[in-house]
Amino acid sequence: MKQLLKIALRNTLRNRRRSVMTGSAVAAGALATLLFGGFAAYIFAGLETNNVQRIGHLTVFRSGYFLFGAGNPGQYGIDHYRDVMALIGNDPVLRPMINVMTPTQSLLGIAGNFSGENDASKTFIGAGLIPSERDRMRRWDEFGTGVTYPPDARLSDHDETRGLIGFGLARILGLCGPLGLQNCPSIPTPAAPSDKAASLVNEDLGELARRDASSADHSSTAPHIELLAATAGGAPNVVSLTVGGAEPQGVKELDDNYIAMPLALAQQLVYGRGEHKVTGIVLQLHRSEDMRAARARLMTLIRSNHLDLDVRDFGELTPFYGQAVGLFSAIFLFIALVMGMIVLFAVVNTMTMSVMERTNEIGTVRAMGVRRAGIRSQFIAEGFLIGAIGATVGAALAFLIAALVNHGGVTWVPPGNANPVPLQVAVAGSPGLVIGAWVGLVLIATIAALMPANRAARLSVVDALRHV
Amino acid sequence: MVKALAGAIAPNPASPVVRLNQVARTYQLGAIPVPALNEVSLEIPCHRFSMLIGASGSGKTTLLNLIGCIDAPTRGTVEVCGQTIAELDDNETSAFRARNIGFIFQNFSLVPVLSAYENVEYPLLLIGTPAAERRERTLSMLQAVGLTDQAKQRPNELSGGQKQRVAIARALVKAPQVVLADEPTANLDTATGASIIELMRRVQAESRTTFIFATHDPQLISHADELFLIRDGKIVEHKTETSR
Repeated sequence: MKQLLKIALRNTLRNRRRSVMTGSAVAAGALATLLFGGFAAYIFAGLETNNVQRIGHLTVFRSGYFLFGAGNPGQYGIDHYRDVMALIGNDPVLRPMINVMTPTQSLLGIAGNFSGENDASKTFIGAGLIPSERDRMRRWDEFGTGVTYPPDARLSDHDETRGLIGFGLARILGLCGPLGLQNCPSIPTPAAPSDKAASLVNEDLGELARRDASSADHSSTAPHIELLAATAGGAPNVVSLTVGGAEPQGVKELDDNYIAMPLALAQQLVYGRGEHKVTGIVLQLHRSEDMRAARARLMTLIRSNHLDLDVRDFGELTPFYGQAVGLFSAIFLFIALVMGMIVLFAVVNTMTMSVMERTNEIGTVRAMGVRRAGIRSQFIAEGFLIGAIGATVGAALAFLIAALVNHGGVTWVPPGNANPVPLQVAVAGSPGLVIGAWVGLVLIATIAALMPANRAARLSVVDALRHV
Repeated sequence: MVKALAGAIAPNPASPVVRLNQVARTYQLGAIPVPALNEVSLEIPCHRFSMLIGASGSGKTTLLNLIGCIDAPTRGTVEVCGQTIAELDDNETSAFRARNIGFIFQNFSLVPVLSAYENVEYPLLLIGTPAAERRERTLSMLQAVGLTDQAKQRPNELSGGQKQRVAIARALVKAPQVVLADEPTANLDTATGASIIELMRRVQAESRTTFIFATHDPQLISHADELFLIRDGKIVEHKTETSR
């Protein structure tokens, strides 16, 4: 083996220029695969972190909510949700896995701003949550993306009337000025309403709001809006929300509709004086790899306690995550295949030329007693060496470039995000990717050498010796 | 004198080391059969410096290839060191060559990426000789051919005569039963060629190895113990040193 590798290495160095070119093709393959793979790994980690910070790993819903509940969240509330949370929180299997467990209430309705000259209303998608637990969830960063958020003072456990709205919704409701938002145009002077029906809705909602306002305390200087929703019983209900701030949501549809509010306010709006329920119990785990086990355990608990509940993970709740992972995986596979083909043909070409040039040498060593398998091994070893050296150089370059990018302070706005985040290439943090790319390329180079090696091994000794 | 290695076939001095019986070798040039050897029968005795002499294309190299077990006859049997070669498969034939046959080629055919020392050592690696013995034999052979100072040089750093000396050392280092030399002086100038013949003659006498030497040069006849004149693929004359 030592002799085999010694001769292989010396033959590789003998045709230095050709070996450098072939090794460069392997190195380029490793570089491209690792850099894109590292970028994709960072994208996956970023998307997962973003999702887990917002909606946790798993959410327990009432059965049927996932398919039908969005149209009438009040009808799909979880009864006695505190008992369910106690059941989950006290479970010896789940307890060590859970980082945050928090209830959430989804709701739909109409938001209106009828203060001063304004007379604007807009349908909204609301989320009732517990602010302190939202803050804890937004600190989750298992993959070290560096994208975490400090506690958000705009929402508070101690002020059940204050909430946050989407940047787009703030613009639509004419709150850019009162909230002091930059790059947010004010509503132009309204033209006479041409839609009588819409006008009537605004008048009705305005009247309800004025009635509600008469009983509410608006001593604060912060702007407030009125939220109208149907209760679980079907009756209209109105609450007043103090707008603590506006937050861009990344996706326009959500940005123009989103309102986050304390859970108690959301429950008051949806359930009125009835039993306060929640639409979901969100579980954020310490580690994503526990998700499968946690889900299985939750299902066991649900079944054994005959609860009418269902569990969904963040991938099911945000199809965009799966689509993005699929897209980047497909691009990565395409790049890896192209690079693999380039390496394959480069090594086949180099080894074929090497066999032709060394035909007489092959005849000589065969005459001396080297077996066909020995000849085959010799050329395969040379393919392996070219692959190993090229892949190692490519991997080293990928580490270097990734380090430069990661420490270069480059930022970008990923799809679905509203704020810029540091651009990272996660090569160093992806040992599986590095090992996989290295082994894959070396394997391709070795396999590529097999065909010329077999040709060399099959040569007739006499014909090989005659070759000039 | 080069000692025999463990595992090598011990020759019986009374028996011929090579025996060919009604051997024919025909090549195909497209659809045309071209006979290179025609019903050759011969016996080459042990421990002799035998010479196959004939014009270019007479069949010398074909005969050497058959004796060297790197080619197979179209008809007839080839027996080397008492072993019928046709009975061996490819791997066994390779192993047989590795142990029993040394080659010296016209164009030297050294492995270009190995030094003179490593080229000489190479056949010993093929038969699994222990490292210490390998080193001792290699250095001894390099000394015997006068190349101790060139041990670390690669073939491209050696002259033609030095390359052929390395090739002789490589052929002899494993103490084979038979050394086959195909026109070993053809690519050398007259003086160097003569010194190579002298060297081969000397190491053959010291090692008592059977040398079979193919040449077209009639001036080399005087060096032969056994002389086989080959013409048009047939042995037309056989002389021994005493009969000349």
